This record gives sequence, C-alpha cells and structure tokens, in this order.
Amino acid sequence: MDMFKKTPSLPIFIAVLVIFTLAVTFLSEAYGAGAISTSFVKTLGKTLCLALVAIAMDLVWGYTGILSLGHFAFFGLGGYMIGMWLMYARTKLIVVESMASAALPPTPSEISDAIGTQIFGVVGSSDFPLIWTFAHSFWAQIALVVLVPGILALIFGWLAFRSRVTGVYLSILTQAMTLALSLYLFQNDSGLRGNNGLSGLQNLPGADAISQDYISVWFFWASSLALLLTYLLATFLVSGKFGSVIRGIRDDEARVRFLGYSVEGFKLFVFTLTGVIAAIGGALYYPQAGIINPAEIAPIASIYLAVWVAIGGRGRIYGAVIGAAFVSLVSTYFTGGQAPDINLGFYTIKWVDWWLVLLGLSFVLVTLFAPKGIGGLFDLISHRMSPDRHGLPLGPDKGSLREEEAEK
Amino acid sequence: MSAPATQSAGTLLEVSGISVSFDGFKAINNLSFSIGPAEMRAIIGPNGAGKTTFMDIVTGKTKPDEGKVLWGDLSRNLIGMNEARIARAGIGRKFQRPTVFEDQTVFENLLMAVKNDRNPLAVLFFKPKFKDLAKVEELAAEIGLADQLSRKSGELSHGQKQWLEIGMLLAQDPKLLLVDEPAAGMTLGEREHTTDILKEAAKTRAVVVVEHDMEFVRRLDCKVTVLHEGSVLAEGSLDHVTQNQDVIDVYLGR
Ligand SMILES: Nc1ncnc2c1ncn2[C@@H]1O[C@H](COP(=O)(O)OP(=O)(O)OP(=O)(O)O)[C@@H](O)[C@H]1O
Ligand SMILES: [Mg+2]
Repeated sequence: MDMFKKTPSLPIFIAVLVIFTLAVTFLSEAYGAGAISTSFVKTLGKTLCLALVAIAMDLVWGYTGILSLGHFAFFGLGGYMIGMWLMYARTKLIVVESMASAALPPTPSEISDAIGTQIFGVVGSSDFPLIWTFAHSFWAQIALVVLVPGILALIFGWLAFRSRVTGVYLSILTQAMTLALSLYLFQNDSGLRGNNGLSGLQNLPGADAISQDYISVWFFWASSLALLLTYLLATFLVSGKFGSVIRGIRDDEARVRFLGYSVEGFKLFVFTLTGVIAAIGGALYYPQAGIINPAEIAPIASIYLAVWVAIGGRGRIYGAVIGAAFVSLVSTYFTGGQAPDINLGFYTIKWVDWWLVLLGLSFVLVTLFAPKGIGGLFDLISHRMSPDRHGLPLGPDKGSLREEEAEK
Repeated sequence: MSAPATQSAGTLLEVSGISVSFDGFKAINNLSFSIGPAEMRAIIGPNGAGKTTFMDIVTGKTKPDEGKVLWGDLSRNLIGMNEARIARAGIGRKFQRPTVFEDQTVFENLLMAVKNDRNPLAVLFFKPKFKDLAKVEELAAEIGLADQLSRKSGELSHGQKQWLEIGMLLAQDPKLLLVDEPAAGMTLGEREHTTDILKEAAKTRAVVVVEHDMEFVRRLDCKVTVLHEGSVLAEGSLDHVTQNQDVIDVYLGR
C-alpha cells in the first residue's frame, strides 16, 4: 500500500506497539508474572490514550497549522459521556439489588428516584437532568461520545474558520471555549455533579465479580487497539493528497485558496475529526482513571497537549506519541512522589512543586534549540538531514514549519 | 470615464468601473478593460500603479469599493465570490514573489494543482490516475523540472520556483492566467524559456502578464495596457504605447 511506502516508520511503530502490549500483558498480575502492578497497568493504558489524543493534536497543529488549545475539552467530554452510562448502569444494579428484599416489588419510578438520589445526592438533588436522558443506554452514550464533542467542534470550527480567525486569535478562542466549558461543568446545576464529577468509573456494571487485575488489562488492550487504529488513520490522512493540502494550509493557506481548495472546509474537517478522535481517547481514559471532574478540562490541560507534541516533534505522528508517552510518564514519576527530593542544604527541591518548572524549561529549550523535538533524534539514526536553504519558515503563515523542523 | 466595452462573445473577462481605496488612497480608480478568450496581454506601469491590486480584485483577495468583474460566457459577476470558487471557475494566479509549497516535493506541488474534485472527502480518497500522473510529467517537462520531481521545492533555485508556480497554474487548467512579474530575478536564458511557456499557454487560453522588463514584454509580442494611478493610461501595441507622450512621462522617461 502507498501508505506503507511513504511512511517507513509505520511498520516499526506497529511492531513496537504489539511487543509492548504483549510484554505488559505477560508481566501483568492477571495474565502473567505479576511484575507490573495493576495500578501501573492502568497508568500505561492511560498513557496510550494520551498518545492517541496527542496524535489528534499533531494532525490539527503539526500538520494543519491550527494551534488548537481546546482539544483536551473534547477528550474530557468523551470521558463524561461514557462516565454517565457507567455511573447510571452500576448505580441501577446496586439500587435494584438493595430493593429486591423489600416486600413489594419497586415500581420503575421508585427505582429511578432511588438512582437519582444516589447519583445527585452530593449536589443536593435527586432529579435526573435532561442531559441524562439516554444514560440508561450503553449504545446511546457511545453514540454521544462521538456526537457531543463532534457537534461542538463542528459548530465552533464553523464559526471560527468562516470568519478566518487564525494564529494566536484562534488559539485564544479555543482556550476561551475550554474555559467556558469547564466553568460550566463546575456548577452544581450543570447536571454533571459539579466539581464532584463522575466517579467509580473503574467499576464496570455487572462485573463486580471480576477483579480489576483483569479489567485493567482489557482496557489496556482496548487503548492499544484504539491507538493503533488512530495511528493508521492519521498516516492515511497525511500520506496522500489530503496530507499535501493540509500541509499547504499550514505553510501558506492563501496559496491553497488560489488553487481552488476551500481552506475553511478542510480546516473544519480536520478540526472536527480530531475532536472526535480526542473524545474516543477520553472515553477509554476515564474508565481507567476511575474519576472525571471539571478540573480535567481546565485550559491548562490543552496547553500540556501542545507541549507534549512540541517536545515529541510536531509534524510527525510518532513524534506526538513519543512526546505524550514520555512527558506524561515522567510527569507521573515526579508528581507521584516517587522522585527523591534533592536536599541542597539551604533548600530542598521537592519535585512535586518543581516538576512544572522543569517541564516549562524543557519546553523553552526544545523550542529554541531542538525544534524537531525528540523525534529529531531518529533523524540522526536514519541520516535524514535538514535542508540548508536559509529560508527560515517554510511559509508565511503562523503555524508553518520552521526550517529546522523540515527534512530533506 | 471610459465607456465600458459592451460584452461580446469575444470577451472572457470584463472589468468595468472598479475602484478601491486603502485608507483613503485610491489604488484603483474607475478601471475598465476587457480580455478575450485566447488572448495574451501585458500590463505595465510604474510601481504602485495598481497592477497587483487589479489581480487581487479579480481573484477575490480584495473587495473593490465599486464596479463589476464579469466572467465567461454567462457574464457572471465575480465580486463577492471567495478565492477558492473563483479559482475553480477557471482563473489561475501566479504571485509576484514565487509561492510554492516549500516543504513538499515538486511532484506533490504539481499533483495538488492538477484539476480534480477539490472537496475534502474526494481529496481524502483521491488516488492519482494514469492521466493525472501523465499530466504531472508533461508539465514538469514543459517547465524544465522533469528530473526534479522528487526534490523538495524549497531547494529549487529562484527561477525554478517561478517555473514550478507557472506549472501549477497550468495544471489547474484555467481559462485565464494572471501572472505577476514572472521574470523577476531570472537570468536571460531563463527569461526566454519563460516567454516560451507563456506563449504556448496563450494559444489555448487567456494570459495576462504583469512585467517591468520591456525586453520581456517585447518578446511576448502582444497587446499592452499601461496602468497609472489605478486606471488605464494607454493601450495598444508595445511600439504604440511606448511612443505615447503620457507613458514616456510617467513610466519610461524616469
Ligand atoms: N492591502 C493594502 N493596504 C494598503 N495599501 C495597499 C494595499 N495593497 C496595495 N496598496 C497600495 O496600493 C498601491 C498599488 O499597489 P500595487 O501592489 O497594486 O502596485 P503594483 O502596480 O503592483 O506595483 P509594483 O510594480 O511595485 O508591484 C500601492 O501604493 C500600494 O502601497
Ligand atoms: Mg505588484
């Protein structure tokens, strides 16, 4: 296939992912030696989901030049949508079971009220808000995982791209959208339990008998498969003429217009598609995290996403995967309290506090001195050199590649 | 005001009474003229005469304050249409500065320009057919880049980039080519080659060339329109306009 020919890194990525998945499986507590704890399997599964959303970010920013600082909002929305079903279905099982011993069989409305009290008690309510209409149906919520973020991305993108908002202004607009969404979700009457968020998501309804040891590995597999499919889709998108057009938009969108392509249409397509990909990543991430709350959608999360892609090397799909995996794992290490504090005598460096400074510094250094990011290291191995043409950016647009990022 | 030419069967593009001002400065002032279907036309004029702005208006980049731009057999007004639709209607444009997609190969640049369905889904599932590849090779040969197809276009010389851009124009198969200063920065040999490409193109379509270099214009051997302060100062053969006293005063005499 054309895609494989143009992307020599694709078979390598597939091989690495398969080996990694098998290795984790055979080291897990459920299926193997038990060298990897269940909670670390979850961390690895979540990391794969973050790599998935980083691919979405790379498509929209690294390839199309739209610096969206809102894609984590779509990720979070996907998590909320699946979380609603998980919480509802499991609470229902518990409620029905506890009522089973009553003398009279409970009426459907009694069951519904009891579920409502269970779920919304924390925000002082027991009625189901309108947005929970479909929460009883697994398939409906799965559809909403795609539809809600998809439609939000479509409407937002349509408004923004149609008015030709680009560059910094577009980034600010996406941050505003993200902020508005998280502030809305923080409210108790948002219908999604305010700052409590949705919890207990690691417990699959009807699977109480099955240990988390197994469930964690299943989710790990699902995340690995989703990452693989996303990687294939992204490679397909960027390897043909579509890839040519979006890279053209990144470097010089006016020129693309004069070739007769509707730049707005392409941007909207990529923005919405990547929004949906992010949402699917979120729907797989939060059942492994066990909890989602509005803080997850905070504007800073979307900024991290851009940082991961920049550190990994934008404009190459494996760069995004490496950036997300590397930075989020290192971040877990430093913020999880595992990293030993450094005692300087007069001051003790606590990594929990200083990790962000370190991350920020690395970001600045990468941007200044290694614009290709970690991905650039692979160029050393494959002897792919940057062209020397003293042109600096490869196009007039804000998102265009810098000369150092290009390859021969 | 010069009387707008009546739209006849022999008119491809008719610009009538357009004006545009930037912050009160009139860059185009009641400009009217028309171009036939397979006509070569040169536009000359001093810096700031409004030549590039004229192209901006025809291609939808700049909205004029007044006037009409009528296009094709149906005399459709192009004003208000966006750049992409105007391009799809059959107007191709080469910019003053060479603008090609530097991060992509010559092949990718040309293939992107080849006339085909341009909506996102069609582009996504696009597989180059034999005729597309043949077209790319034919154009590459015509612009002298046949052996450069797999090179990143950012590495090409200035002249080669100019040709590539002309090749991309031809790939779009437009009815009208607007070419802004194609010979800028080219060596003499390159200029001659450029003239040949443009003359060949003008056999089957209209070509409008903006150029400062008189030798280049002479080789094009076509009708010349002189712009000055946003309107037509003179029009006719090169010899005719170069003898016009107004033209000598504002342009040639300097
Ligand atoms: N977007 C703009 N905003 C403000 N002024 C503009 C704009 N575009 C063009 N102008 C002005 O309009 C006038 C005509 O410019 P134009 O680029 O059309 O000239 P030109 O004939 O192409 O000149 P040259 O031969 O130097 O390319 C110039 O004085 C220019 O400064
Ligand atoms: Mg000009």
